[in-house]
Amino acid sequence: MKHNILKFVFAASLSILATGNSQATEVKLLNVSYDPTRELYQEYNPVFAKYWKEKTGDDVSVNQSHAGSGKQARSVLEGLEADVVTLALAYDVDQLYQKRKLIPENWQSSLPNNSAPYTSTIVFLVRKGNPKGIKDWNDIIKSGISIVTPNPKTSGGARWNFLAAWGYALKHNNNDENAAKTFITQLYKNAAVLDTGARGATTSFVEREIGDVLITWENEAYMVLKEFGADKFELVTPSLSILTEPPVAVVEDVARKHGTTEVATEYLKHLYSKEGQEIIGKNYYRPIDPEISAKYAKQFQSLQLFKIDEFGGWNAAQNKFFADDGVFDQIYAAGK
Amino acid sequence: MNTTTQPLHKDKIVAQQRALQDPTWVRWSLIAITIAFISLFICLPLGLVIYQALSKGLQAYWAALSQPDTWSAIKLTLLVAVITVPLNTLFGVIAAWAITRFEFKGKSLLTTLIDLPFSVSPVISGFIFVLLFGAEGWFGKWLMEYDIKIIFAAPGIILATLFITFPFVARQLIPLMQEMGHQEEEAALSLGASGWKTFFSVTLPNIKWALLYGVLLCNARAMGEFGAVSVVSGHIRGMTNTLPLHVEVCYNDYDAIGAFASASILAALAIVTLVLKTGLEWKQAKR
Repeated sequence: MKHNILKFVFAASLSILATGNSQATEVKLLNVSYDPTRELYQEYNPVFAKYWKEKTGDDVSVNQSHAGSGKQARSVLEGLEADVVTLALAYDVDQLYQKRKLIPENWQSSLPNNSAPYTSTIVFLVRKGNPKGIKDWNDIIKSGISIVTPNPKTSGGARWNFLAAWGYALKHNNNDENAAKTFITQLYKNAAVLDTGARGATTSFVEREIGDVLITWENEAYMVLKEFGADKFELVTPSLSILTEPPVAVVEDVARKHGTTEVATEYLKHLYSKEGQEIIGKNYYRPIDPEISAKYAKQFQSLQLFKIDEFGGWNAAQNKFFADDGVFDQIYAAGK
Repeated sequence: MNTTTQPLHKDKIVAQQRALQDPTWVRWSLIAITIAFISLFICLPLGLVIYQALSKGLQAYWAALSQPDTWSAIKLTLLVAVITVPLNTLFGVIAAWAITRFEFKGKSLLTTLIDLPFSVSPVISGFIFVLLFGAEGWFGKWLMEYDIKIIFAAPGIILATLFITFPFVARQLIPLMQEMGHQEEEAALSLGASGWKTFFSVTLPNIKWALLYGVLLCNARAMGEFGAVSVVSGHIRGMTNTLPLHVEVCYNDYDAIGAFASASILAALAIVTLVLKTGLEWKQAKR
C-alpha cells in the first residue's frame, strides 16, 4: 500500500514535470461526419485546436471519420463514440434522438440557423465543354444521358439530389405528383451507378470516368474543379435547386461520458465565428454569417432555392420518399 | 516412408521424360503463356502500384508514408496479424487434429462449419459482430455498462479478422493429415513416446510445409482483409483504419500518392512473407 502511494506520487510529479506548470491536459474529440467535409474539417480542426489552446491552455486533437451520412448515423447508433456529429441532413442526426436518446429532442434549436453553420445546394458537374449540353434538370432526364448520383438509402447528398429534382419537377408541372414521379423515374433510369456516399460518386465520375453528369453538392463540385483543374470539368448551376442545410450536434450522451461536453460545444460554436465562417467559405460551402457570406458571394452562381420545409421537414420527407416502399423504392423498382 | 515415395518418384521421372518428348512448340508456348499471364496479371499491376507511388518522386513517397495516419494504420495492421495468426495457427492445428484423429458424432458438421467463413460474404462476417457487440446488439447494453469497447475499436477488428482467417490453417492440414493416416503416430506411441513427443517429432515434421503455407495464407488475409474490417472499424482516422482501409481513405481524399504508397507497403509486407517462406524452404532443402 505504502509502496503504491509512493509510486503514485512519483508518477504524478513526473507528469507535472513533463507538462510544465500549466497543467494542460490533452482532450480528444471524435467528429463523425459525412463524405465531402473531409477537406473542410482537415482545415478547421487545427484552427480550432489553436483557438482552444489560447482560450483554455488545453490541447485538443480532433479525430475524423467520414462516410455516407446515413451510414454514419447508423454507426453512432451502433456504438461509434462520436463527441460531435456533423452530418448531411437533419433526419440522420434526429435518429440519434429517435432511436437511442443520445441527444435531446430539441437538439436543432441549440445552435443558430437550425444548427446548420453552413449551407450549400445541389448542382451538376459535367465534362469540359459540356458535350451533352446540360443546362437544367430537364436536360439530364433525356434518353442517352448517363447520370452519377449516390444511393439515397445510405447517402445524405443523394437524398438532397432526389428532393432537388423532385422540387423542380413539381414546379414545372403545376405541383402534379404523378408528373414528378414520371420525371424522377426517368432520372434514375439514367443513373449509371449508385455509390454509397457522395465522395464515392465523385470518384466514379472523375477518376473512373463514368457518366455524363454528376449530381452533387456545390462544395463537392468546386472541390473537384480545384483538385482536378477547371480544364477537365465544368460546373453547371441549374435554374432551381434545394437549399441544403447540413446540421451539427454534440452527442451529449457520449460527450458526458468522455467529459468533453464543454469543448465539443465550443468546437461547434466556433464554426459560427468569423474565423470558422472564413474556412467554410474557402472550402466552397455557403457561409451563413452575412459579412463573410457577402465576401464569398461572388464565387457562387445565384439560383432560385427552395427549402426542405416545402416537403414538411425532414421527417415527413424521409417517410414519404426514402422509407421502405416509399417513393424512391417504387420508382426505382419501376425504372428497372 | 521410403516405400511410399519410391514409386511416386519413378512416376515423376516417367512423366518428366514424356514431357521432354512433347513437341518443342508445345513446351515453349505453354511456358510463354505462363510467363505472359504472370506478367500481365501479377507483375504489371504490382509494378503499377510502385510506379504510381513514386510518380511524384521519392520525397513525396516518404512524406506520404511518414504521415501519422499511415503509421498508425501500419501499426494496427501488424497488431491484428500478430494476434490473429498465432491464434488461428493454434486453433487450426487443434481442429485438424480433432477432425482427423478422433471419431465423434457431428464430425462432418464440424468440418463444414470450419469452411463457413470462406462461404460467407466478408460484409456479413463483419455484421455478425455488429449485431453481437454493437450498442443495439445482443451484448451491447452489458458492454456499455462496463465501458468495454469492441466494435469500432481494435478488438472488433481483431475478432472479425480472426473469424475471416480461421479456415486457412485447418483447411491446409485436414486433407494432408487424412491422407497420412495414423500409422506412424501409432508406431511412435506403441514404442513409448508421449503424446507431446509424438506430435513434435512425428506429426509436426510431416505437416510442417502445409502448416507453413496455411500460416502464410492466413497472414496475407489478416493483413489484407477489407470487407469485414470495414464494417466494424468506424473509419476513425489514425485510430481504427487498417492499411487496406487507409488506402481507400487516401484514394477518396484525392491523395493518390498516399493511397499507392500505403498499397506498396501492403505489397511489401506480402513479399516479405513470401521471401521468408522461400528462405525456409531453401534452408530445408539444403539440410
